[in-house]
Amino acid sequence: MKYQSQKIARAYFGVAMALFAVQVTLGLVLGYIYIQPNFLSELLPFNVGRMLHTNSLIVWLLLGFFGAAYYLVPEEAEREIHSPKLAYLQLLILVLGTAGVVVTYLFNLFDGNWLLGNEGREFIEQPRWVKVGIVVAALIFLYNISMTVLAGKKTAITNILLLGLWGLALLFLFAFYNPSNLALDKQYWWFIVHLWVEGTWELVMASILAFLMLKLTGVDREVIEKWLYVIVATALFSGILGTGHHYYWIGMPGYWQWIGSIFSSFEVVPFFAMMAFAFVMVWKGRRDHPNKAALLWSLGCATLAFFGAGVWGFLHTLHGVNYYTHGTQITAAHGHLAFYGAYVCLNLAIISYAMPIMRGRDPYNQVLNMASFWLMSSGVVFMTFTLTFAGTVQTHLQRVMGEGFMDVQDQLWIFYAMRFGSGIAVVLGAILFIYSVAVPRREMIEPGLQSPAE
Amino acid sequence: MSAADQRALIDDLPGDLMMWVLIVSELLVFGAGMLAFLAVRITDPAGFAEAQSHLHRTAAGINTLVLVTSGWLAALAVRDAEAGALARLRWRLVLAAGLGAVFLWLKAGEYADLAREGLSFDSHPFFTFHLLLTGFHAAHVAAGMILLLIVALPATPRATEAGAAFWHMVDLVWVLLFPVVYLI
Repeated sequence: MKYQSQKIARAYFGVAMALFAVQVTLGLVLGYIYIQPNFLSELLPFNVGRMLHTNSLIVWLLLGFFGAAYYLVPEEAEREIHSPKLAYLQLLILVLGTAGVVVTYLFNLFDGNWLLGNEGREFIEQPRWVKVGIVVAALIFLYNISMTVLAGKKTAITNILLLGLWGLALLFLFAFYNPSNLALDKQYWWFIVHLWVEGTWELVMASILAFLMLKLTGVDREVIEKWLYVIVATALFSGILGTGHHYYWIGMPGYWQWIGSIFSSFEVVPFFAMMAFAFVMVWKGRRDHPNKAALLWSLGCATLAFFGAGVWGFLHTLHGVNYYTHGTQITAAHGHLAFYGAYVCLNLAIISYAMPIMRGRDPYNQVLNMASFWLMSSGVVFMTFTLTFAGTVQTHLQRVMGEGFMDVQDQLWIFYAMRFGSGIAVVLGAILFIYSVAVPRREMIEPGLQSPAE
Repeated sequence: MSAADQRALIDDLPGDLMMWVLIVSELLVFGAGMLAFLAVRITDPAGFAEAQSHLHRTAAGINTLVLVTSGWLAALAVRDAEAGALARLRWRLVLAAGLGAVFLWLKAGEYADLAREGLSFDSHPFFTFHLLLTGFHAAHVAAGMILLLIVALPATPRATEAGAAFWHMVDLVWVLLFPVVYLI
């Protein structure tokens, strides 16, 4: 670790890992509710559990991005973070806000209160005081990072990262506008998380991946930057209008069917480019970096993002297909693999890279970490297949044959049971990962003698 | 081919690599749009032919000449940039952008006539595609005009090539749209 302030990232990664554990545990509970529908129905209604599952995912991914930025910006800009105090204050605000959200939802406190109660909008139902807190935290973050970059060296990696993070924060402002027209409400609602995952987050992903490739493979910065610019250009070109594939279904004009279908079909391009980028860099790279776990997560990220976001997204993006599959388990299959591949693996990659350095234990517990990659990834991939098959059957029975929703759900039980099994593997993998990062142990396997590189 | 050769190939592209990424992306999107249009037309050839008869073919034909002439001026400007004739270069780029304005003016007249007839996106699938494809294209004409005026300021060969490359893409897309949407 070259700069002292990089260790801010450790606190962020710590909180992120804790929320990661919460998120997958709730996922397991929800998976069980699918096979035992009355499980915890009084204590934790399905809608509350689902909201906690998705919200904790988003929050921990964001905390991971913030941590990644605090880790890599000093190294890229070649100076300390502008104000470490502000960085910790930002984390404190976010933790308080998250706790406030969870308590408000679980006990439905202050229902209907303008400032304290939940807003009743799916995914952006945070009470207003929490939303204000999120904006304050985001402003602190952007100020802190931008000041650091402005005073230091500007690289393509930090420029793209800042572009992504500024866009992310500005798009969140739509959460404050709640028009009474439901179609408009949904439109602004979509501007937040979907312009995130199909736009600004891809920029964050590309820049963090580029940083990892730079460190792990030792390929020239000039080459990495060229790839980065091409990836970012194709991501923005396809992603912004690509979100149009949702609009027709929320009540917007019919021409969005075509704009959405055509542009979102090209959203596979940046994900393919990121996968090609990661593998080409590794093949070209001359550096044999000892942190094989970080490299495994990076390659896994690029590959699973291509399949989850790219291929599984394209699977149902054309409006002729989506007419039948919209909101079925096909959507759930895509959502799980896309989030896991693109953003979960990315965070776990940068954590696997940075944590051993920050803790001065370079690079411990590679075996456990890599085992957790295979366990978790197999779990999510298996889950994706079970949900895809469930969705195919559901689409046919419910949307084509016209059977009732609950009758069809009964027939999907076997898929949900298998999905629960894969969920157990994911949770065990997550626990193994957290353990391997958090608990230092002696090296499991002695490194063998390296044969000289060609 | 070695890695060095590959890099040289990329560096040999006129203008800027990013401009070529954009141009290829644009061509893919317009190409996909036109293919979708032709595919949907198979389901209702008579309806499409009837809808098409509401368009101004002559005005669109004139617009083709306007845009091709404008592209020719941009191509000459690239030659000026290499020769270092900056005054002539700027004069030609402004003229090329001016012809872009003529194109948009004629296009606006066509849209206004359709609106007067009460024809819009939802009137018929033909008009959904016609308005989407030509509307997106018109937006690119407007963007291209701004780009031509911007590259006229530094007027370096590289900038002029990038601007002209984008303008030729706009030109090319129209030359494809005109027969597909207006004629056949």
